[in-house]
Amino acid sequence: MAEFLINSVGFPEWLAWTVTAVVAAVLILNVIAGGALVFIWAERKIAARIQDRLGPTRTGGRFGWLQSLADGIKLIAKEDLMPEGADGMLFRLAPYVSFCASFCAFIALPFAFDFVGQRLNVGVFFVVAVLGLEVFGVILAGYASASKWSLFGAMREAAQVVSYEVPLGMCVVVPVMLAGSMDLVTIAEKQAGWVTNWYLFHDPFTFVIFWVYVTCAVASVNRAPFDLAEAESELVAGFHTEYSGLRWSYFFMAEYGSMFLVSALAAVLFMGGWNGPIPVARLVGLSEGTGDTANYFVRLLGMANLLGKATLGVLVMMWVRWTLPRLRIDQVMTTCLKYCTPIAAAMFAGAMLWQLMLPGGVAPGLSRPAGEIREGWLEGPGGRSAAARSSAVAGVLP
Amino acid sequence: MSHVADDPRIIEFDVRTDEMLVNMGPQHPSTHGVLRLVLRTDGEVVSEVEPHIGYLHRCAEKIGENLTARQWIPYTDRMDYLAAMNMNLGWALAVEKLMKYQVSEKARHLRVLIAELGRIASHLVGMGAYGLDLGTFSPFLYAFREREKILDLFEEACGARLTYSYITVGGLTADLPPGWLGRCEAFLDQFEPIIKEYHALLTTNAIFVKRTANIGVMSRDLAIEYGCSGPVLRGSGVDQDMRRDGEAIYTAMYDGYAFEVAVMKDGHYPRDHEYPPVPADAVLGDCWHRFFVRMLEVVQSMDLVRQSIDRYSACKGPLGEPLKLAEKIPAGDAYLETEAPKGQMGFYLVSDGSAIPWRVRARSSSFSNLAVAPELCRGCLIADVPAIVGSLDIVMGEIDR
Repeated sequence: MAEFLINSVGFPEWLAWTVTAVVAAVLILNVIAGGALVFIWAERKIAARIQDRLGPTRTGGRFGWLQSLADGIKLIAKEDLMPEGADGMLFRLAPYVSFCASFCAFIALPFAFDFVGQRLNVGVFFVVAVLGLEVFGVILAGYASASKWSLFGAMREAAQVVSYEVPLGMCVVVPVMLAGSMDLVTIAEKQAGWVTNWYLFHDPFTFVIFWVYVTCAVASVNRAPFDLAEAESELVAGFHTEYSGLRWSYFFMAEYGSMFLVSALAAVLFMGGWNGPIPVARLVGLSEGTGDTANYFVRLLGMANLLGKATLGVLVMMWVRWTLPRLRIDQVMTTCLKYCTPIAAAMFAGAMLWQLMLPGGVAPGLSRPAGEIREGWLEGPGGRSAAARSSAVAGVLP
Repeated sequence: MSHVADDPRIIEFDVRTDEMLVNMGPQHPSTHGVLRLVLRTDGEVVSEVEPHIGYLHRCAEKIGENLTARQWIPYTDRMDYLAAMNMNLGWALAVEKLMKYQVSEKARHLRVLIAELGRIASHLVGMGAYGLDLGTFSPFLYAFREREKILDLFEEACGARLTYSYITVGGLTADLPPGWLGRCEAFLDQFEPIIKEYHALLTTNAIFVKRTANIGVMSRDLAIEYGCSGPVLRGSGVDQDMRRDGEAIYTAMYDGYAFEVAVMKDGHYPRDHEYPPVPADAVLGDCWHRFFVRMLEVVQSMDLVRQSIDRYSACKGPLGEPLKLAEKIPAGDAYLETEAPKGQMGFYLVSDGSAIPWRVRARSSSFSNLAVAPELCRGCLIADVPAIVGSLDIVMGEIDR
């Protein structure tokens, strides 16, 4: 877009980049915030159905589809409360830290080939690192609230999230190693083709490590059964006990944003990203080379694919939440340090050996490395230029 | 911080931190009403728990000394408001004991039927709320869904859904409406398979077992020492049930009824029905066993309800009228303990010969059961406090009266 503004419209370079950044930011912010509202509504309906209830039925006419918006209006209209003993500045700051951390990570998350706020050659690293910042908001909230329950919640969150970053990092490294790149776009592109090309089914080690990733992801975004920072039956409401109104809703949005983010990350790292289980576009003869409109259409399809997979992940998290009891803090730490971390480490080593010993898979004739298939396709009828291709696969910023 | 080392009850760790006093309640999601627990915590470890009660005190016993025996029935409703039928029954039987009054055979079977339905309804709340204490929301609503059906039946019988005043001195206020027994049987048939769901979601759930097994272990001696009763006592392996071991006037009510007390004997629970196996981690007297005894009693009560339906419908003739509102009570005193869902509920009254008792006193099972909480919570984690207090299944209305 920046190039377009510079070359065709004649904007100066700084203006072009600023406009591009603003557009991308507004798009991401609104899509994710809107998405969070949809997920909040979905959670209400799903929880209700799981519990033999109906959930919201009236707001917005049918299915209560405007319920989240109505809630939002209520939260905005609420009185701005702050406990007397609270540390005012930190108390006000905390929700925004959480919110920004959760939403900033979306900058590097690709929704389809080139549908990305800012393509980074260290995309994976960026997403995991920025998502980890969310814990600061929670600790600030717990510390600044001047409430003992909040403090307990914050301390739990600090212990839990920092611990789970370790196995989570190890899980994330495996697809990075397989793809040979930290660029999320490249990682997803390498899994193009049939479902067997997904890293999930790459070898037994990646299959196991996917489940470790799921566990750690749920824990690192504080969802049940790892929602110890909130733990409403023990800590009243944990770190956001003293929050109400719009500030509270920022925490809420951050939680749903993070949920969606880790699900989308799982889709990109293990489930082919925007590449569907069946390469439909490819089979009907559409490719990046068939023209701009077709190209755009293929990417939209890919985006739907990714959103579908990510939504599936979010739905599974909701399902788990409304089914399982909560673990205790020592059990959460045991799960992380005694099970997740060693398993992740072993699987990482296994995947590494696999890559070293059997680079072509068990039966090279049957399953060629995913990247190779992609190469073959790009050389198909009307393929893109060799330069563009190599840059796309190698993950170099265009 | 010298006081930390001086107090031997405080568990010491290599990293010494300052301890914190935390008020859990009286407004807290998992203290089952207005219970206030003062926790002395060292990080996540609770070194001392002190229950504070009295937030729901309504002078019910004093009021009882200003009303006639039948007039006080609605006040018993408000003691264990989750099992008001059983509270009515306890007071009614205590007064009847003093008056040496015997209700008709039909009323006796109807009382069993209603009391056991009340027990199921109470245990459903206990079970569902326990799931809530452990952080799972759905079983709570599954339990309330079934409880609602029992409340519907109660509403049909007496017009109220929570405070019934149905069982009263000298019988019951009214007979059942036509078709009620059929609807009750339909409910039981529909309810029976659902218990398996509860077992799947709670009793045998891996996380649930991790949270409850070997937590808050109460030895047999400790349970007896603190005067615990009901499922809390039986969960520790003490074989006592007032329906079998109580006074003649109460046990006569259950004459001819076949039931096995839900308690672990010779390493196993009664085998009259199919139950999930006891998990390997569970120790007799822990939270899991207390919970499991309640689940067994639900099934047992369903059996009793079925039996009482048969017996009640076999009884011909009228139900009999309850005593007059201001019936004179002969001078003397009487104390009777009945097996309420939460434990042994005792009522004591002294009469000077008038219609109004001279002295009324209630002995609440929840009170004794709660008293043991500080013993059980010593050295546990914060998350265990709701798990332990929840497994005692207390009702503040009954403790404070």
